[in-house]
Amino acid sequence: MRVAIPTFPGSNCDHDALHACGTVMGWDAVPVWHRSERLPEGTDLVFIPGGFSYGDYLRCGAIAALSPIMADIKRFADQGGLVAGICNGFQILCEAHLLPGALLRNESLRFIHKDVHLRVERTGLAFTGAMAVGQILRVPIAHAEGNYTLDRDGLAALEARGGVVFRYCSAEGETGPEFTPNGAVNGIAGIVNERGNVLGMMPHPERAVEDVTGGTDGLWLFKSIGGMLSKV
Amino acid sequence: MKVRVLVSLKPGILDPQGKAVEQGLHGFGFQVEQVRIGRLIELEVPAADRAEAETRARAMCEKLLVNPVMEKASIEVL
Repeated sequence: MRVAIPTFPGSNCDHDALHACGTVMGWDAVPVWHRSERLPEGTDLVFIPGGFSYGDYLRCGAIAALSPIMADIKRFADQGGLVAGICNGFQILCEAHLLPGALLRNESLRFIHKDVHLRVERTGLAFTGAMAVGQILRVPIAHAEGNYTLDRDGLAALEARGGVVFRYCSAEGETGPEFTPNGAVNGIAGIVNERGNVLGMMPHPERAVEDVTGGTDGLWLFKSIGGMLSKV
Repeated sequence: MKVRVLVSLKPGILDPQGKAVEQGLHGFGFQVEQVRIGRLIELEVPAADRAEAETRARAMCEKLLVNPVMEKASIEVL
C-alpha cells in the first residue's frame, strides 16, 4: 500500500499525514514535492494534506491547483485512483475542479480549531467502507475558510447523488446550522466526486489516529481505505 | 496595455468580511446598508488593441483569477 503525500510551499499537515499513514498505519508513505511531474510508481492513494499552500494567495488552494504534481494527480484520479484532500487539500481539489463547489471564509470570520462531530452520510465508498451510515466521528477542525458553498442546482445534484459523505452534527448526531461551526451549506463537512474516488473534507482525520492526541476516530477513514485496497 | 479586473462576490454569496466592515462603520456612526468587499487586479497585457487585451484578460479570469462558484469579474481596459 503506497500513499503519495504532496507538499506545497506552505503545507503544514504533510508530516501529520506521513505519521498517520506511515508510522500508525504502516503504509509506504512517500513525500512528494509539488514540482514533481509524476507520482511515485505504484501509488495507491494520494493524500493531499492541509496547510496554507502559497500563503492562501488569490484564493485558498488556487495556486497549488496549478502545480506540476496536480496535473499528474488529475491523471491519476481520471484513471480511478484514490485521492483524499484534507482541509487545504479539499480547497485545492475544488480549485482543481476535481470536486464541485468552493470554500469561503468561515461565517464567524474566525479561524476555528476544535474537535467537532461528524455524521457519516455515505458508506460503501473506498473511504467509508468500514463505517456505518449515521455513525458519529469526533475529529478536529482547524481552518478559517471551511464554509462550503455551491450554487443551488449543484447542491441539489450533489445531495441527490449522495455526494455528501460527512455532515457536521452534535454529539448525538443532530444536524443543523447550530452544529455547523463554519456556516457550510447543509452542514457539509466532506464530499466525494461522482465516481467515488476523490474525497474532500475540512476536518482532519490524520490528527485523530492516536489516543495521546485526543482520539482515534480518524482511523475509521484509514482503515476503510486500507480494507478496500487490500481486497484489490 | 493596462487592464483592470474587478473581482467581486456573486450576489447571495455571504461576505463575512464585508459584514465585519459594515459593523465597524456602524460603530463609527456611519449610515450604510451593505458593504461588499472585492479584489482589484491590475494587469499589464501585451496586446495590439483593446479588444485583444480584453479577450486575454477574460481568458486569465476563466483560468485562474476568478472562481465562478463564488465570484464574478468586470474587466476594464484602461
